[in-house]
Amino acid sequence: MKTQRHRWIGGMLLGLAWGLCGSAQAAESQDPIKLTIHDWTGQYVTTHIMGEVLKSMGYNVEYVQADYLAQFTGLESGDLTVAMEIWQTTGKEAMDASLATGKTIDLGETGMEAKEEWWYPAYMKEKCPGLPNWEALKQCGEAFATPETAPKGRYLGGPVTWGGFDEERVAALELPFEVVHAGTDAAMFAELESAYQRQAPIILWIYTPHWAPIKYAGEWVAFPEYEDACYSDPAWGGNPGKTHDCGKPHGWIKKVAWKGGEEKWPKAYAAVRNFRIDNKTMGELIAKVDLEGAKLEDVVAEWMKSNEATWKAWTQ
Amino acid sequence: MTAGAAVAARSSTATPRSIEPWIWAAIALLAVCLHLGRAAVPWAATFPAEWTLPAQTWVSRFVKWLYQDASLGLFTFQELTRGIAWVLQWPLEAAKSLLSTGFERGMGQQAVLIWPPLSWVGVTGVLTVMSCYARDWRLGLLVCGCFLYIAVFGQWHSAMITLSSIVIAVPLGVAGGLLLGILAFRHPMFERAITPVMDLMQTVPVFAYLVPILVLFGFNPVAAMIATIIYALPPMVRNTTLALRRVPTEIVEFGRMAGCSRRQLTWRVMVPAARSGLMIGVNQVIMLSLNMVIIASMIGAGGLGRDVLTALRSLDFGAGLEASIAITLLAIALDRLSQAFAARPPSASSPDEFRPAWRRHPYLLAATSVVAASWLLGWLIPAVQQYPEELQITTGALINETMKWLNVNFFDVIEALKAWVLLNLMVPIKRLFVALPWVAVVAALAYAGWRLGRWRLALLVAALAGFIAVTGQWEKAMQTLYLCGLATLVACALGIPVGILAARHERLNRVVQVIIDTLQTLPAFAYLMPVVMLFRVGDFTAMLAVIAYAIVFPIRYTIFGIRQIDPTLVEAAVASGCTRRQLLWKVQLPLAIPEIMLGVNQTILMALSMLVITALVGTRELGQEVYIALAKADVGRGVVAGICIAFMAIIADRLIQPWVAAHRHRLGIA
Repeated sequence: MKTQRHRWIGGMLLGLAWGLCGSAQAAESQDPIKLTIHDWTGQYVTTHIMGEVLKSMGYNVEYVQADYLAQFTGLESGDLTVAMEIWQTTGKEAMDASLATGKTIDLGETGMEAKEEWWYPAYMKEKCPGLPNWEALKQCGEAFATPETAPKGRYLGGPVTWGGFDEERVAALELPFEVVHAGTDAAMFAELESAYQRQAPIILWIYTPHWAPIKYAGEWVAFPEYEDACYSDPAWGGNPGKTHDCGKPHGWIKKVAWKGGEEKWPKAYAAVRNFRIDNKTMGELIAKVDLEGAKLEDVVAEWMKSNEATWKAWTQ
Repeated sequence: MTAGAAVAARSSTATPRSIEPWIWAAIALLAVCLHLGRAAVPWAATFPAEWTLPAQTWVSRFVKWLYQDASLGLFTFQELTRGIAWVLQWPLEAAKSLLSTGFERGMGQQAVLIWPPLSWVGVTGVLTVMSCYARDWRLGLLVCGCFLYIAVFGQWHSAMITLSSIVIAVPLGVAGGLLLGILAFRHPMFERAITPVMDLMQTVPVFAYLVPILVLFGFNPVAAMIATIIYALPPMVRNTTLALRRVPTEIVEFGRMAGCSRRQLTWRVMVPAARSGLMIGVNQVIMLSLNMVIIASMIGAGGLGRDVLTALRSLDFGAGLEASIAITLLAIALDRLSQAFAARPPSASSPDEFRPAWRRHPYLLAATSVVAASWLLGWLIPAVQQYPEELQITTGALINETMKWLNVNFFDVIEALKAWVLLNLMVPIKRLFVALPWVAVVAALAYAGWRLGRWRLALLVAALAGFIAVTGQWEKAMQTLYLCGLATLVACALGIPVGILAARHERLNRVVQVIIDTLQTLPAFAYLMPVVMLFRVGDFTAMLAVIAYAIVFPIRYTIFGIRQIDPTLVEAAVASGCTRRQLLWKVQLPLAIPEIMLGVNQTILMALSMLVITALVGTRELGQEVYIALAKADVGRGVVAGICIAFMAIIADRLIQPWVAAHRHRLGIA
């Protein structure tokens, strides 16, 4: 408790000093800090929160539209400054490659946890009793079948680029399913929307934080919990002959930035390092934008107003 | 294995035509034998992995060298490209400020607006006045309507960002294309050198070279604009060369006699004389630039393309469609306006030169006063400066409801139909294509090349097909062939009859024109996701998307083919007592075949260019390979797969062109 208080006092003193010196001094360079935005709402929200915080610190901020994976070349050259969400589950490979060049740095986790797993709408529980336990799927191939895959069930996996080892999982767990890859997540959710409207069978790859698990009632399949050994050691898990006999790993979501910016805007980088938010808060913000149709700017402004203490702490 | 094909080809040199079916049968037999005997000669059925050339690694290494070490003496290659980007940034920023953001001093939140952007009333007004000037009030009404739609449906801000990059990219593309085209016209050597480059620029999917462009030109709208220009430039070059060649020699001679220097002859005589041909090129540049809007927005161009992507990712089909229609309307307005300017007779100096300036230039005066008035009013009434949000309308909810209704009520019927087509047609054909031994396919292509263009063509075609095998892309290429081939077939089977009907019935033609213009400019994305809802991801959906885009070309070329037939021939046929049916089958169709085949050629090219989009609905062919490479930032992999796509297009093109020429010759119309 005591340490808490001296932090508060220290913070207030710093704030006072900051106020006295004026914002211009706090912000090291007036060059705009370029935050990348991609195409999913959660990332818009995190990036805009960070952007507003940096603006309040006196920095110039620009939001730049960039492809999730193509952005690394921009971060390496300094054309872009900060990427707020790199998911372990989808972007780790590209991120590691980029960090290895020495031109980008890892600014730590966002506090959100990426979860991705097989997911089914709630109404499928009637057709396949025993869910969410994965063993129920062994008897349910037919319930999830389409003409092309019958008698096997059809599992809609993510784009090939996401990896995910679903073919291996199906083989290792001996599930009567065929893996079909969607090309983009938009296509994946279009299928979900279509099936949900008709209350038709579907089982697919869903990830969160995302609006889909909020909009549609449903559950994750409970596979044996992931461990590193599951993917590397065949002996691990229920199938002694094969690897991947478990669920998907949960993962961090990290911030990555251009290395050169560290010297240019040290305080801004410190603030980005401090940025933390949790899945629940994020889910609520995403739902406000995507499901209630509120304007992104308004949602972010409202959050900023009611959580001033939280984000002020990042800036110190 | 080219040698085997060559032997087969040589033996037929001296033989009469009747032996031709036998050679084809022999190739087919070869295919069957190789397939059955794949245990004995596995290398001839499937290209062995250990023979694969590491072309991907070479490309990756070259590109890395290009942007890390390549030096031009005083500066590195990357510094040069960055310099170009820096120069291009200025006009782009200026256009954006003028149309969308306003001119600001300072940066970020310290920025002070010193001059507001042109208001929506101003832009609409100026373009309307321009259309009235270029043609008549009807065009003015059309253009005004297009821009009103954009304002009323709340797309104004994004549309102006898109427009600002178009108004810079198009003139640059046109100027560059014009210069290259003139060079190619003057120096045949240069033309021969750039033709294959042009082919590659048009057929290699943009995704394949996106990463190198981003590295070289930086992560900003300029890179997106450069990608757009690369894609849109080739038709301008081709049309320039073609148009200059068609300038009547009398005109050139006259210019020479009048004592023109070479430069004067080019710019004062030939370019003006070739204007209508050049304008076709300009029109293509505009259309292709707008085609690129979605892809450009993936790498930072923003604007309407981004709105479409964002809307579709949250499954808001209505919003996606509205933004897509805005892109189409922008394309239509710009296209019609540029065509009108092209068709406008050059203003001869008229007697009213003695009148005061404002009477001589009423349109200029009108445009200026619209801008000034809207600017003044904009200060007083905010609604003039910015279209008021309360008055915006959207049909989004309606479209989403319609989609839902279709989905709930018709899915089962559609599913049954789809399953039938898939199981009975598409899957067997796919299996057949993938099972074809590569040696037999190369042999068949080489023989076709030999028939049409003897050794040179046979070698070229075999080499291009061989490249695909050698780089280890054969199986993916066959999947590509299956998807695009089938789509081309269906597109032609539907498109050619529609084209024939439209060519013979003027009223139908008008409707068809509107539909194909829309299909050509409406981003495929807008209808791709709704199609996924009804047909699920997979080859069937991909094929529908390809057909929807590619069908434009068989229709367009068929109409053109039938319309360009010499009317005296038709009259003669009618006079000699042909029925309408006979006229079609005996006169019009045979004479239009060359154009129709060019349409087929174009259909194949466009089907291949759609692969980038179909990769997004989960097909497994070369387009997907390019897409995966983009996602993994693997330049070599993307470029090699992209070149394979381009080679497939080039093979089709090189085989069809001489066929058309030969057929024309036979008809005696070449």
